[in-house]
Amino acid sequence: MKSIYVKKSLLHFSLIVGVIISLGPFYWMIVGATNPSGDVLSFPPKIIPGNYFIENLTNLSEAIPIIKALFNSALIAIVFVLASLLVCSMAGYAFAKFKFKGSNIIFSSFLLAMMIPYQATIIPLFQIFGALDWINTYHAVILPQICYPFAIFLIRQNMKGIPDSMIEAARIDGAGEISIFFKLALPTMKPALAAVGIFLFTHQWNNFMWPLIVMTSSDMYTLPVALSTLAGLNSVDYGQLMLGTAISVLPIMVVFLMLQKHFVSGILGGSVKE
Amino acid sequence: MENVSKKVQTNQYKGGWITPKTAPYIFILPALLLFLAFTVYPIIASFLLSFQTRSGGTYTFSGFDNYVRLFTDPIFYKALGNTFIILIVQVPIMLFLALLLAVFLNSKLLNMRGFYRVSFFTPAVTSLVAASIIFILLLNADYGLINYILTSIGLEKINWLTNGFWAKVSLIIVTTWRWTGYNMVILLAGLQNIPNDLYEAASIDGASPIHKFFHITIPQLKPVLLFCFVLSTIGTFQLFDEPYNLTSGGPNNATLTITYYLYNQGFNFFDFGYASAIAYVIVVFIAILSWLQFKVVKDD
Repeated sequence: MKSIYVKKSLLHFSLIVGVIISLGPFYWMIVGATNPSGDVLSFPPKIIPGNYFIENLTNLSEAIPIIKALFNSALIAIVFVLASLLVCSMAGYAFAKFKFKGSNIIFSSFLLAMMIPYQATIIPLFQIFGALDWINTYHAVILPQICYPFAIFLIRQNMKGIPDSMIEAARIDGAGEISIFFKLALPTMKPALAAVGIFLFTHQWNNFMWPLIVMTSSDMYTLPVALSTLAGLNSVDYGQLMLGTAISVLPIMVVFLMLQKHFVSGILGGSVKE
Repeated sequence: MENVSKKVQTNQYKGGWITPKTAPYIFILPALLLFLAFTVYPIIASFLLSFQTRSGGTYTFSGFDNYVRLFTDPIFYKALGNTFIILIVQVPIMLFLALLLAVFLNSKLLNMRGFYRVSFFTPAVTSLVAASIIFILLLNADYGLINYILTSIGLEKINWLTNGFWAKVSLIIVTTWRWTGYNMVILLAGLQNIPNDLYEAASIDGASPIHKFFHITIPQLKPVLLFCFVLSTIGTFQLFDEPYNLTSGGPNNATLTITYYLYNQGFNFFDFGYASAIAYVIVVFIAILSWLQFKVVKDD
């Protein structure tokens, strides 16, 4: 009995240390965001949140269009997720519920593309988008990844669970193929779509290299690009910088805390046990 | 999209061309067109581009020139070396920690499992840019919290971001902080799928927890561990956001990664041919390493 108690305490102790390491940096971000730069960068450093939030926000907005960046990030992520969910679930449905010529070869090439790193595509993409005069546009960031093979794969796996007899019955009742997809297949997929949608949202919200390449004017920056630019300035103000970081981290963290089961099942490609 | 579905529906009423035979092609068309335009074409175009060099304003075929140049480029070797150092040091440390946490979280003794899982996963939803920037502050040589802690326990300050060795360590710290929880979640799901009777049978035979770990947990978890290894290997070859924001690849290229070098060649020097050659080296390395990892697991 006593040994179980000791074991349990040790277990909790080591996990608490882990939690401090995991979450400590976020606490430090809040401390930085609410204090003047000088107070954070002092020896010993100030370790409790201050009341310099408004001043930091004013300075930050003057240094970089941070509210515009927040808007850009949100718009891009939301449009991307909706477009990608529609395109990928249509494809996933076709692969799961129809036998058609070319199905195998197309599906295998989608899977193969998952293994090829994006670096092999960015230079021609940049050339295409440059030639079309699409630099500094929202669709330059949104379009290239709408067809997201991993999402198609996950949706296909889930769509396989829809009984063929249900689809057949709808056909006999005279329903068209398109309405079967929207009115029958999609509604049964809500949990899977939520998981995939959150996965895609996080991916796009945190996307950095491609927006860095195609968003060159400061009013088109997404949050990661804006932050990176701010951090690269010669006279960097840490109060502003931490506030900007908090603005980019907190929305996704709130979404995560509300929907954390879906997050986890998104990366696991299916359901999750408690 | 709206237009397509409207048109399709009106046709349907006329008993038109949209039948169970043609429907899958219509469903797959948007994905396929986007895939051809933004994945297949770029992959082929950059392959062709890797055999071209720019003279004047146009790219002309130049055989293996870019690849020959790569193999005599000391900075390329440096970037490749840095990438391998991170692969060999960071990935095992991270996966060990992730496995440890997963085993702890899977323990029957534990309550508050949900709290721990959320806490460890939180860094994984943070953008890599934000993570790097928070650590710039934490690792600041003069005023950073980490050096403050080091000096309070009587140690010397470390020039985390400006010393070549410590800059690599910093990069490893940030990457590990960001990704350990992500891998932990995958490994935990794997652990939960191991049938309990395997452990019960071993317990009846009097096996110790350590014995059970090495003879049941590890073998059963092998496919999931492999998945994490492959994912992390690909991730390491794509490492860019962290060195770009944490150290700008410095000091003296100490944290220049292979993808960062590609970015510099492509978008600082606009040498698209050379950058495409680097991209294909990355493709080949990822393919070889993934294949090796699969093979190692199979042979075992």
